[in-house]
Amino acid sequence: MELLVNISLLFMLSLTVIAVVRLKSLFAIVMLFGIYSLLSAMIFIALDAVDVAFTEAAVGAGISTVLMLATLVTTGRWEKKSSRSSFLPLLIVSITGAALVWGTLDMPEYGNPDNPAHHHVADRYIEQSPEEIGIPNMVTSVLASYRGFDTLGEVIVVFTALIGVLSLLQVRTPPSVAETPLRNENRKLSRPYPVLQVVALVMMPFIILFALYVQFHGDFGPGGGFQAGVIFAVAFILYTLTYGLDDALALTPVSVLKALAAGGVLIYGGTGVVSMLLGGNFLDYNVLSSNPVSGQHIGIIVIELGVGITVASVLICAFYAFMTRALPDQGQKG
Amino acid sequence: MIASHLPALQVVVPLLGAPFCFLLWRSPRLSWLLATLISWLTFAISIALLVTVNNSGTIEYAFGGWQAPWGIEYVVDQLNAFVLLIVSGIAAVVFPYSWISVQQEVELRQQSLFFTSMVLCLAGLLGITIAGDAFNLFVLLEISSLSTYTMISMGRDRRALTASFQYLIMGTIGATFIIIGVGILFMLTGSLNMQDLAQRIPELDQSRALHVAFGFLITGIGLKLAMFPLHLWLPNAYAYAPSAASAFIASTATKVAVYVMVRYLFSIFGVNFSFQTIHIQWLFVPVSLFAILFTSIVALFQRDIKRMLAYSSVAQIGYMLLGIGLFNVTGLTATLLHLFNHALMKGALFLAMGAVCYRIGNTFIDSMQGLGKQMPWTMAAFVIGGLSIVGVPLTTGFISKWVLIQAAVERGWWPVIIVIVVASLIAMMYIWRVIEAVYLQSRPENAKNVSEAPLSLLIPVWILALANLYFGANATLSSELAGNAAATLFSGTGF
Repeated sequence: MELLVNISLLFMLSLTVIAVVRLKSLFAIVMLFGIYSLLSAMIFIALDAVDVAFTEAAVGAGISTVLMLATLVTTGRWEKKSSRSSFLPLLIVSITGAALVWGTLDMPEYGNPDNPAHHHVADRYIEQSPEEIGIPNMVTSVLASYRGFDTLGEVIVVFTALIGVLSLLQVRTPPSVAETPLRNENRKLSRPYPVLQVVALVMMPFIILFALYVQFHGDFGPGGGFQAGVIFAVAFILYTLTYGLDDALALTPVSVLKALAAGGVLIYGGTGVVSMLLGGNFLDYNVLSSNPVSGQHIGIIVIELGVGITVASVLICAFYAFMTRALPDQGQKG
Repeated sequence: MIASHLPALQVVVPLLGAPFCFLLWRSPRLSWLLATLISWLTFAISIALLVTVNNSGTIEYAFGGWQAPWGIEYVVDQLNAFVLLIVSGIAAVVFPYSWISVQQEVELRQQSLFFTSMVLCLAGLLGITIAGDAFNLFVLLEISSLSTYTMISMGRDRRALTASFQYLIMGTIGATFIIIGVGILFMLTGSLNMQDLAQRIPELDQSRALHVAFGFLITGIGLKLAMFPLHLWLPNAYAYAPSAASAFIASTATKVAVYVMVRYLFSIFGVNFSFQTIHIQWLFVPVSLFAILFTSIVALFQRDIKRMLAYSSVAQIGYMLLGIGLFNVTGLTATLLHLFNHALMKGALFLAMGAVCYRIGNTFIDSMQGLGKQMPWTMAAFVIGGLSIVGVPLTTGFISKWVLIQAAVERGWWPVIIVIVVASLIAMMYIWRVIEAVYLQSRPENAKNVSEAPLSLLIPVWILALANLYFGANATLSSELAGNAAATLFSGTGF
C-alpha cells in the first residue's frame, strides 16, 4: 500500500515537472510549483518526516508562491522565447541523473532499520534526548540544541536573503502616502472588496493564534520558529492584499520590520553569548539554569522565538519589497 | 576564559556583528566603522589561533557543549589556521579601503547593506574554513554565497545584475551538488562530522554510492572554485562587482573553495581513496594545464583590466589544482603557498584597480593610457603585483612557481614545466600591455587630468604590494606553514 502511494506521488511529481518545463504561462507555472511543493510535503509525510513536510508546505507551497505571484506583477505573465539550444543542458542533466541512479542502486536498503543513518549519532538522539533535553519532539532537540549552531546559520541565511532583497528592491512608498491630497481618494480605490476585508479580518486572529500555537508547540509536535514565522507573515500578507499597501505599511512600518529581522538573529546569537558568559560553550543551554534540563527548555524557547521573529519580519518585508516594485519610483522608506 | 572560546569567536564575532551593521542603516559611516573593527578583531583572533595551534596542536570546540559527532564541532589545525589568517588578513586590509571606494561606486541607500554583506561574507568564509562538520560547512557556504551575490549586484554597471544572476544560478547548482554529496555520505555513514567520516569512509571504499558522492562533491566544489571549464561565472562577477568587493572576493572566496577541496580529498576521503582508487589526479592535471594556458591567452585580449585579472585568476586556480594533481608533498606545499601568495597579489592588483576606478571612473586599458605620471604610486603598486603574477624573483609569485616546478621535477613531468614557463611568458605579455599603456603612452587628449588616489586607498594597496615583496624575499614563514600543513595532510593523520 505504502509503495503504491509513493509511486503515485512520485509519478505526479514528475508530471508536474514536465508540465512546468513545457508551459509558457508563468502564472500556471507558479501554481504548478505550489502543487510540486504540496506533493513533496506529502512524500515527506510518507517518509515520516512531519516537521520537514510542515516546513515544505508552509514555505514551498505557501510563501514562495505568494512571492512569485508578486514578481509576476512586474514581469508579466508570459515566458519569453529562449533562443538558446537546450541540447547541452539536457545532456548534462541526463548524465547527472544517470549518475545518481547508478550510485543509489548500491545504497543501503530503503527503509531498513539497520542502516547506518538510523544508528551511530541517531541512537543517542533517540535514547538520551528525553533525559538530556527533556522534550518529546526529538527533531526539535536535534535542530535547536544538538545542532543548534546550524539553525543559527539558517536564520542568518534568511537574514542575508533580506539584505539581498533590500539592496535590489527598495521598499517604495506608495504615492498615496507621499501626496496627502490624493490619500483619501486612493483609500477608497484600495478598498473595493468589503466582503474580502471582513473575511480577512475575521481570519487574521485565528491565523495569528495558530502561528503562536505552532511557535510554542514545537517542543511537543511538529512546528517551531520557521513554520510559525511563515504563518505569522501570512496573516499580514492577507491584510496587505485586502486593505492595500499604505494601510499595511502604516501597521507594520518597514523600519520596525528591519529592526525585528536583525533583532531575531541577535536574540538567537545572544543566547549563545549568554551561555558563554555563564561558563558554557556557545549555545550550551545547560548553564542557563541551575537544572540542566530546564536550562535546555529555556534555551530552546528563546532561540525558537528569535527564529520566529526573524522569519516573520523578513518575509513581510520581502513581500512589501516585491509588491512596491510595480509602483513608480517616488521617495523611499527606510 | 576567552582563549578557550577563540574558535567560536572567530566566526561568531562577524556573524553577530552583521545585524548591528545592518541596524546602523541610517549612517553608512558607522556601519563601515563597525565592519572595519570586526575585520580587525577577526584578524587578531586568527593570529591568536595560529599561534596556539603551532604551540599546542589541534584545537577542538564543541558547540552547545555536545561532543562530536553528536554536536557540531570546530577544528583548527595547521592547515585551516593558515587559511583563516589569509581570509581575515585580506579582510583587515580591504574593509578600511572600502569606505571611499564604496562612497563613489555604490548608491547611498545601499551602502550600509553593502557593508553588512561584506561582514556576512567574511563570517561565511571563516566558518567554511574552520568547520569540522560537513553540514555546518554547507550552511556557512550559503551565507557567504548569498552575501557575495548581493555585493556583486551592487556594481554600478547594469551588467553587474546579470553577472550576479549568472553566478547565483551556477553557485546554487554547485551548492546543490555539494549537499547531494553530503546527503549520500550521511546515508552511508550516519555521520556529518568530518573526523568521524574520515574514519568510516575507508571501509566503504568499493561502494558505488560513495563514488557518486565523491563525484558530486568534487563537481560542486569545482563550481565554487571556478575549476576550468566551470569558471564561466567568474570573469563577469569580478569585472562588474564594486572594486572593494572584487578585491575581497578575488583574494579570498576561491581560496577558501580550494581549501575545501583539499580538506575533502586529503582529510575526509583520504589520500588512498582520492588518488589511488579514484585517481583524481588524472582529472586535475589535464584540466589545470588547459586552464593555465587557455585562460592566460584569453586574458591577453581583454579591454577591461579587471576582467583581465579575473581570467588570470582562473589560470592561477589552475596552478593550485595542478599542485594537488602532482600528488606529492612538494606539489601540495606549492598549492597551499599559492593560496597565500595569490591572495596577496590579486588583492594588491584589484585594490590598485579600485583606486584607478575611483579617479577615472573605469578600468579600460585605453582610458588608463599615460596614467603612470598622474598616479605614480598606484601604478607602481600595480607593477609590483603584476611582476608577482608573472613570477619574477623576489616576489611571492616566484616562490610558489618555484616550488611547483620542483614538484613537477620530482615527478619527472617535463611537459608540465614547459606549460608553467610558457604561461608565465603569456602573463608577462598581458601585464606588459598594461605597463606599456600606462607608462609609455601619453594621456589621451580629451581625458581629464587626475591626481594620485587618496591615502586611504593608497595605504591598503601598498600594504599588500609590500607584503608581496616581503614574502617574496623572505618566504620562510609562509613556506614553513604551508610545508607543515602539506606534510600532515599526506601523512594521513588528517586533522
